[in-house]
Amino acid sequence: MNNASDLNTIWFVLVGVLFTGYALLDGFDLGVGALHLFTSKDDERRVMLNSIGPVWDGNEVWLVTGGGALFAAFPEVYATVFSGFYIAFVLLLCALIFRAVAIEFRSKQPMRWWRQMWDIGFAGGSIVSSLLIGVAMGNIAQGIPLDAHGEFAGTFLGLLRPYPLLMGVTTVALFMMHGAIYGVMKTENELHDKLRRWAMNTIIFFVICAAVTTMVTLLYVPRMAEQLKEHPWLFSIALLNMLAIANIPREFHHGNDGRAFLSSCATMATLMALFGINQFPNLVYSSPNPENSLNIINAASSQKTLEIMLIIAGIGVPIVLTYTVCIYWIFRGKVKMTGSSY
Amino acid sequence: MDVLTLSRIQFGLTIGFHYIYPPLSIGLGVMLVIMEGCWLKTKNDVYHQMAKFWTNVFALTFALGVATGIVMEFEFGTNWATYSRFVGDIFGSALAAEGIFAFFLESGFLAVLLFGWDKVSRKVHFFATCMVCLGAHFSAVWIVAANSFMQTPRGYHIVDRGLRSRAEITDFWAMVMSPSTGDRLFHTLCGAWQAGAFLVISVSAYYLLKKRHEDFARRSLQIGLIVALVASLLQIVSGDSSARGVAVNQPAKLAAFEGLYNTTSNAPLTLVGYVDNSNPLQPRVVGLQVPGMLSFLAFHNTRATVTGLDAFPPQDRPPIQSSFMFFHGMVAIGFALPCIAILGCFYGWRKQLAETRWLLWIMVFSVAGPELANQLGWFAAEVGRQPWIVYGLLRTPDGLSKVIEANTVLGSLILFTLIYFLLFWVFIYLLNHKIQKGPNPDDLVPHGKLAIPNLTTDEQRI
Repeated sequence: MNNASDLNTIWFVLVGVLFTGYALLDGFDLGVGALHLFTSKDDERRVMLNSIGPVWDGNEVWLVTGGGALFAAFPEVYATVFSGFYIAFVLLLCALIFRAVAIEFRSKQPMRWWRQMWDIGFAGGSIVSSLLIGVAMGNIAQGIPLDAHGEFAGTFLGLLRPYPLLMGVTTVALFMMHGAIYGVMKTENELHDKLRRWAMNTIIFFVICAAVTTMVTLLYVPRMAEQLKEHPWLFSIALLNMLAIANIPREFHHGNDGRAFLSSCATMATLMALFGINQFPNLVYSSPNPENSLNIINAASSQKTLEIMLIIAGIGVPIVLTYTVCIYWIFRGKVKMTGSSY
Repeated sequence: MDVLTLSRIQFGLTIGFHYIYPPLSIGLGVMLVIMEGCWLKTKNDVYHQMAKFWTNVFALTFALGVATGIVMEFEFGTNWATYSRFVGDIFGSALAAEGIFAFFLESGFLAVLLFGWDKVSRKVHFFATCMVCLGAHFSAVWIVAANSFMQTPRGYHIVDRGLRSRAEITDFWAMVMSPSTGDRLFHTLCGAWQAGAFLVISVSAYYLLKKRHEDFARRSLQIGLIVALVASLLQIVSGDSSARGVAVNQPAKLAAFEGLYNTTSNAPLTLVGYVDNSNPLQPRVVGLQVPGMLSFLAFHNTRATVTGLDAFPPQDRPPIQSSFMFFHGMVAIGFALPCIAILGCFYGWRKQLAETRWLLWIMVFSVAGPELANQLGWFAAEVGRQPWIVYGLLRTPDGLSKVIEANTVLGSLILFTLIYFLLFWVFIYLLNHKIQKGPNPDDLVPHGKLAIPNLTTDEQRI
C-alpha cells in the first residue's frame, strides 16, 4: 500500500461511517414509522410521531451527506449505482418525500381522513425506504453486472433477486427493532407497555432474519466471508456482532432499555463493519465479470479532492457531532405533548 | 420524447418546485432572527407571538424544502450520470460540504427552534434561530458555488483516464470563487430575502385589510417592509453587477438575454418586447429600445462593443426566445418590487398605511413577485447556459445517463408531477389555514423557561 491508496482507504472508511451513522440514527425513526400503524389510537400515534419529531430531520441529513461524500470521493460509484438503480431510487425518493411531509402535515388538521392518509404515508414511506435500502445493500453484497465502462448492465427486475430481498426484509426487521426500543425509552404508561411487547416481537423477528441471512450469505455469497477466512482475527468482529445481538433481549429483559438500544446500535455498527471489510477494496462488485468491479482506486476522485474533502470533514464532523449531542441532550427524556408538537 | 428531453423536463420540474421553498426558508430565517432579536431587546411579547407564528410557517416551507431537496441530490446520479462522472471530482465536494456545513446546522438547530420553545432559555433559543438562518445561508453558498462552476469553470484541469476524461480540481478556492460565484450568490440571497420579506408583507397586509390581529400585523409589516426595501434596492445593484459579469464571462448568454443577434457598438437595451422569428433568415427583437443602453450597462460606455449571437456558431447558441422572456420577466419584477417597498415605507412613515387600501391589496399579491422572479431568474441562468451543461466543457446531451430508457424517465416524470401537484396543493391549503387561523393569542404570554427574561445558566440550575 502506498500513500495514494491510503487516502482512498480513509474515504472508503469515512463513507462507511457516514452510512453507518445514517443507519443508527435514521434507523430508529424509520423503525418508529414502520410501527406507526400498529396502534390505532390517535394520541398514541401522535406520541410516537413526536418521539422522533425534533430529530428525524437531522438524521436524514446523514443520508444526504453520505450521498454527497460518495459523489465527491467515488463519483464513478455514485453515477453507476444511481443511474443503474434508477427505478429503485425513484421509489426510494417518493417514499422519503411522503414520509417527510407526512410527519409535518399529519397533525395539522383534525379530520379523520386527513390523518389516516398521512399515517399511511408515514408508515408506508418508512417501510418502503427501509426495504429498498436493504435491497440495495443486498445487491451490492451479491454483486451486480457491470460492463467494461463501469456502467450497470442489468435491469430493475434483475435487482429483485432472492438474496437482496432477504436483506431488505432483514433491514426492515432491524429498523423495527431499533425503533421499538427507542420508542420504549421515549414513552410512558399504556403506549410504553405496548411498545415493550412489540419490541420483544421485533427482536425475535430480527434474530430469525439475521440467522437466515447469515446462513444464506455463507452458502450462496461466499465472497462476503472471504476476508474473514483470510484474516481469522476479523472473526472477533463477527463475535462482537453476535454478542451485541444476544445482549439486546438480555438488557431489555432486565429493563435496561438504554443499554438495549446501545446494543442495537452496536449490532448495526458491527454488521456494517463486516459488510465493509468483506467488500473492501471493492465498492461495487461486478458479477459475473469481476474485472469490471469499481474499487477504491478506479472509482475515486483525484488525490487533491480526497485531501480537500478530508480537511472539510476534519473541520465539519467534530462540530456536527458536538451540536448533535447537545440537541439530543436538550430533547432527552419522555415525550411531553406541547403546543408546538406535531 | 427521448431520454434527453424527458430528463430535462424532469430536472426543470423538480428544481423549479424545489426552488419555491429554500428562498422562503432563507428569507423567513432572516425575518425570524430580526423578530426574535426585537423580542429580546424590547421584551414586548407581541414579538414572541410573531416569532412563533412565523416559525410555524417556516417549518412548513422547510419540510417541503428538505423533501424535495433530496430528489435533487439523487437526480444528478440517476439522470445525469455521465455529467456526474465528469464533474464528480469538483461538484461532489461542494455538495458534501453543503451537507456537512449547512444541512446539519440547519436541521439540528431547527429542532430547538421548533420544539425548544419551553425547553431552553431565550438566549439559547435565539442562538438556535441564528444558527438555522446561518445554515440556510451556507446551503445557498455551496450550491451557488457548485452551480457557478457549471457557468464559469475555474481551478480545474481535464484529465484523460483511459475510458473517459474528466475535470479534476487544481485549485479549490479558485473553483469555489469562480468569477461568477460572488455576484450570483448575492443575487440569489437578495432574491431569497425578498421572498421571505414579501411573504410577511403579504400576510400582514391581508390582516390589516380584514382588520384582524392589527397590532401583530402592523409590526410584522414594519419589519417586512424594511427588509424588503433593503433587499430590493440591493437586488438592483446586484443585478447590474451580475449582468456585467455575464457580459464578460458568458457573452452568448447575455446576447440571448437581450436578443442581440449582431455584434455591435452602441448596443440597444430592450425594455419590453419579444423576439420575432417569423423570418428565420433575419430574426430580430421587436419592442421599446433605448439605444446604447446595453453597451453602457455592460461596459459603462455607450460606444462599447457588445458581442452578439453572430459571434457563435448556431450549435453554440442558447434558445433565444425563452432566454429573452425569462430574463426580461425577471428584470420587470425586479424593478416593480422596490416600488412597492418604497410606497409602503412612505405611507407607513406617514402613518397612513392602514387606510391606503389599494396599496395593501397590491401588497397582498406582491408575494408572487419574488417567487416568480426567482423562478424566472434561475430559468434564465440555466437556459442561457445551454447548449452546455458545464459552460464550454460538456454539452447537455453528453451529460445524460447511458443506461436509462425513455419509458422509465417518463414514468418517473409522471410520478413526480403527480406527487408535486399534491404537495403544492397541501402546502397552499395548510398555509392558508395557518393564515386564516392567525397568530395564537396564548403566545402573547411566553411560558416555560422562556417566561423569564435573560435567564442565566446559574439560575437555570436552581
